[in-house]
Amino acid sequence: MALLEVRDLSVEFASRARWLCAVERVSFTVAEGEVMGLVGESGSGKTVTCRAILRLLDGPKVRTPSGEARFEGNDLLRLSARALRALHGRRIAMIFQNPSSYLDPLMTIGRQVAEPLVHHEGLRPREARTRAIELLHQVGIPDPRHTVDAYPHQLSGGMRQRAMIAAAVACEPRLLVADEPTTALDVTVQAQILRLLLELRDRTGLAIILITHALGVVAATCDSVAVMYAGRIMERASKRELIRQPKHPYTMGLIRSQPDLVVAGEELPSIEGQLPALGQLPGGCPFHPRCPHALPACRRQDVELEPAGADHRVACIRWRELEAAA
Amino acid sequence: MALLEVRDLHVHYRGSRSLPDLLARRPGQTTRAVNGVSLSIERGETVGLVGESGCGKSTLGRALLRLTPASGGTVRFDGADVLGLGKEPLLRFRRRAQMVFQDPYASLNPRFTVFETLAEVLRVHRLCSRGEVRPRVHELMVQVGLPVELAGRKARSLSGGQCQRVGIARALAAGAEFLIADEPVSALDVSIQAQILKLFRQLQRERHLTLLFISHDLGVVRYLCRRVAVMYLGRIVEEGPVARIFADPKHPYSRSLIEAIPRMDPESTLSGPVLAGEPPSPRKQPAGCPFHPRCPRAMETCRAGAPPTAREVEGRRVACHLYSAASWVAQPRALAETGAGGA
Repeated sequence: MALLEVRDLSVEFASRARWLCAVERVSFTVAEGEVMGLVGESGSGKTVTCRAILRLLDGPKVRTPSGEARFEGNDLLRLSARALRALHGRRIAMIFQNPSSYLDPLMTIGRQVAEPLVHHEGLRPREARTRAIELLHQVGIPDPRHTVDAYPHQLSGGMRQRAMIAAAVACEPRLLVADEPTTALDVTVQAQILRLLLELRDRTGLAIILITHALGVVAATCDSVAVMYAGRIMERASKRELIRQPKHPYTMGLIRSQPDLVVAGEELPSIEGQLPALGQLPGGCPFHPRCPHALPACRRQDVELEPAGADHRVACIRWRELEAAA
Repeated sequence: MALLEVRDLHVHYRGSRSLPDLLARRPGQTTRAVNGVSLSIERGETVGLVGESGCGKSTLGRALLRLTPASGGTVRFDGADVLGLGKEPLLRFRRRAQMVFQDPYASLNPRFTVFETLAEVLRVHRLCSRGEVRPRVHELMVQVGLPVELAGRKARSLSGGQCQRVGIARALAAGAEFLIADEPVSALDVSIQAQILKLFRQLQRERHLTLLFISHDLGVVRYLCRRVAVMYLGRIVEEGPVARIFADPKHPYSRSLIEAIPRMDPESTLSGPVLAGEPPSPRKQPAGCPFHPRCPRAMETCRAGAPPTAREVEGRRVACHLYSAASWVAQPRALAETGAGGA
């Protein structure tokens, strides 16, 4: 059974005159122990989707006109603030791209790692400290007895990311939302962090939503992938299907524009143009102005995700033709 | 003759002194950001410079253009000694050698329009008469694929890719033949990154640009460059043709770096050996080979004594004790068999 089931989620932001739609009718499910990649360029709505589900966007300037997000039977979008507090950090946790802006600079690493344990499980300071040392050890921080008393500025970027992961998994959550956790890190450290996340998954059966713009990271870690563009999911499939047989022209473009796939001496295929701004989304398929296969119909007709084989969904009116032509 | 010839370049920073240092009249700590780099770049060649953050690649690039003072060594550009240039010759040198920076927003003056940004270069270097400025700016914009309508825009109303195009146009405005591009596509999205990489390729072809391309993204370097230099703690540890180094890296560090790239292959896993530890700080350099604390194949000789010197190994230069032993001929095979030493 699905751990998280998101259906028809839309998110709108208030601008001066009207509501701008940042996420439009997004649906996906995440099973226990699954690593789902949420891929897209900046501004495509990946982070907004996850933050809306976690209710981190609540406020007068944001609304979710439609949709539900069922997690362990409850609709997260309609939970009371109190019920949310009981969930955050205990059943659902999140880690971010830039740990330095989420760790408190005036609090020791140990206290921050143990904070969810103190808050949710009422651990006493001494037990909490012992647990924090264990957790730091689990996430591969060398010399945890010493690091537990260190402040964030004394650690390197990779170590801060590890500390943030330790805090996130302290209460053994069922779902971890990781928002570009390795984008700011060197490749060697990135490999260490990704491996750590997969180990945690294997040990605790935790499900992970991995937000990233790097398809290489997806290929190495995820089970399934959803590709977002201009606030919509354009394609959803298992990782293997998506990378081997992408059906949406945007996904194809993304995969082909990876420089490491190009044969030496050949031209790098690229997607021309750029992501439209929120207020200037074109009608019809949002990708049509940049799509090499666009027809007049793409400009008029709205696209819906439709099944395209087992466990594969795509939002393109021409996918059958394109597949036949390939 | 090579267009750029760097020999034994050092860039050392003297840190500010701590109170105990001050009282004991000791000098502050020295950071050896670039520690004896030799590199030559032929005319029309594109060389990649890769390494983890803090390895000194940006400092090296800046020192080559005299944006950061060097502490020792020589840099020859087209035969002239760059480090010894006086004011006038330096200005002339800067016309020929330019830099493109990583952060497209931070490297443009926010109060200037695109037109003003480009016109300023033409004015400072006195490259054309007043009447020619406008057509020349438009020509530059076309060359880098910017719509001429954007000439009146300021940086904040441009996208990241467009800003980077302005940065490139600015470097070309002076008529540069040698460009140092410092992570020019790292801040850009995949689709935009591909567009900018194509632009660099096109410029290489059309203008025979010589390019030093600094990046931590090895995929990008493989696409754009013929030759690559791998840097670690201020030194070049391996340097040679891109295809060879990617297919069969000789230095254990280049091997780990290449193995750490996530591949676009759905069957790939993260099960290969992963380089342990973190990129070290150039302030605390270990004795012996700078890579030995993280090296899966470190030997006794690596821990003490002098750092290894570069020598020729199968068409590339490698600075590693594995290859300096008399018996190194037998070693590469062993290295290939054990992977990176089963870390």
